[in-house]
Amino acid sequence: MIKIMEQFQAEKETMASAYAAQMDKLMENPDVMELEADLGVCIMGAGMKEIARRHPGQLLNCGIQEANMVGVACGLSAVGKIPFLHSFAPFITRRANDQIFISGCYSGANIRLVGSDPGIMAAYNGGTHMPFEDVAVLRAFPELTILEPTDNTMLKNLMEQLVEKRGVYYLRTARKTMTKIYEDDSIFTIGKANILREGTDAAILATGIMVAEALRAAKILNEEGISVRVVDMFTIKPLDREMVIQCAKTTGALVTAENHNIINGLGSAVSEVAGEHCPVPIERVGVQDCFGEVGDIEYLMEAFHLTAEDIAEKVRTVIARKRG
Amino acid sequence: MLKKEELVKLQEFAKEIRIKTIHQMKIRGFGHIGGAMSIVDVLSVLYGKRMRYDPKNPNLPERDWLICSKGHAGPAIYAALAIKGFFPMEWLDTLNQPGTRLPSHCDHKKTPGIDVTTGSLGQGLSVACGVALGKKQRGENNTIYCFMGDGESQEGQNWEAITFAAQHKLDNLILFVDNNKMQLDDMTESIENMESFVEKFRSFHWDAVEIDGHDFEAIDTAIEQAQSMKGKPSVIVIDTIKGKGCRFAEEMWNHHVSITEKQADEAIALLEQA
Repeated sequence: MIKIMEQFQAEKETMASAYAAQMDKLMENPDVMELEADLGVCIMGAGMKEIARRHPGQLLNCGIQEANMVGVACGLSAVGKIPFLHSFAPFITRRANDQIFISGCYSGANIRLVGSDPGIMAAYNGGTHMPFEDVAVLRAFPELTILEPTDNTMLKNLMEQLVEKRGVYYLRTARKTMTKIYEDDSIFTIGKANILREGTDAAILATGIMVAEALRAAKILNEEGISVRVVDMFTIKPLDREMVIQCAKTTGALVTAENHNIINGLGSAVSEVAGEHCPVPIERVGVQDCFGEVGDIEYLMEAFHLTAEDIAEKVRTVIARKRG
Repeated sequence: MLKKEELVKLQEFAKEIRIKTIHQMKIRGFGHIGGAMSIVDVLSVLYGKRMRYDPKNPNLPERDWLICSKGHAGPAIYAALAIKGFFPMEWLDTLNQPGTRLPSHCDHKKTPGIDVTTGSLGQGLSVACGVALGKKQRGENNTIYCFMGDGESQEGQNWEAITFAAQHKLDNLILFVDNNKMQLDDMTESIENMESFVEKFRSFHWDAVEIDGHDFEAIDTAIEQAQSMKGKPSVIVIDTIKGKGCRFAEEMWNHHVSITEKQADEAIALLEQA
């Protein structure tokens, strides 16, 4: 059961702090482990050593070796451990891709991959660290679930749920401060998207940082007399197909918004479902098949056309297409 | 020292594994005969003497683990598992047949007794490290055995795992490097010479020995010594012959080959006479 905030404001703590606090709590279960490839401080913060001290043996720094870390996590899961393993999103996915496929998915391992700072969130680490393809690659892996937490409440709740889940999960997680969308006691259903705002002229289906932008876009459009539904598609795989079909049927126009390449990300996934079941005009906001670069978030949002205004413009376009 | 009757038993077991491995590949007419045959004598000592397992309960928590990182040697392990009663002997007729429980490469989800899925080279030792670490953390005393090919050792992930195992003092981990000296395209030394394994592993802070991988006494002694090692992982480099015990294979390039019925029958007949 989710509860949506009446007013959307910045979270009081960063997503990295929320992750560390929740991991500290989850480690009260002695089987929960957190594996790092020497980027622990980046997500666990300065308190990492303290967390490690409180939970001896549960925080394992594997060194700078992502491929081995994935294999080790799969081995640990085979003897009943519950590993979360973190690195920056490009390294945990791209670098260890075959290990995730064979030692992970194909083998039926129980691992939770945590990729931090996806897409433009890599900011000053630039193009080498800026994955616009992580969802694209992992979306074609059978038996893998892709989740992109929208705010700290969702991150914490999903982490808690993943302790009990079995399978391979990819948490596409920011480190920076997100917009608080959900009230603290919200409980999310993996595979079920959340309608954040109702509307009739078009639906914006968004993930991650783009959810807050979509809400801003809806506000801009509302002032123009355009009514849009906003949906948080935090489970990218398996996609909430019913929600996509229902949005297509009731609004007749879809816009997707993602901090990722438009190739084989959320936009592709939504297009596939709509194309098969209820073809309607679709516009995709996202990175237009190019590499990343350094910059602050504000600059990058503009440079890659990920702002609320970019979404609003696509909504106007898609509604015009609908009206033919 | 192996007792006389123990030695005879292990020799007979190895012979039976070899015959049933050739038998599996004969039906489809092809297979990774070389890399399967080279590890048979070690498999015989493991399943015939050293390993703890229960064929009726393949997931027994107290069992020792066998992770064959060179997943293409699966058919030799299938033969050992069938002989020991993990699954019906008739399954050996189904290697690589549609819907089989015995695919060319080891698959934990399909085959009882296969502990870990492998096939893409270089991944098994990392998983073995995770199992070994998890068992140590739980205070359980299982031994985790792993096979790595000499050619396979060229994969960089192995060396990540080798440093990891030493760092975490995984003394419940025993690795066999199958030094059969041949990889798919050519002799290993002419593609990327990994010698000397013993020196490399020692410099990575492993306990390392090299033995004749077809000498039962040497295999048994090396495993016994490795099991008593404290504070370090152990590697036993096994000097082996690719295709060992399969006459036609020994005389040819034998990584993945076609096998005629006649070749297979002759090879089996020779083994039965021995």
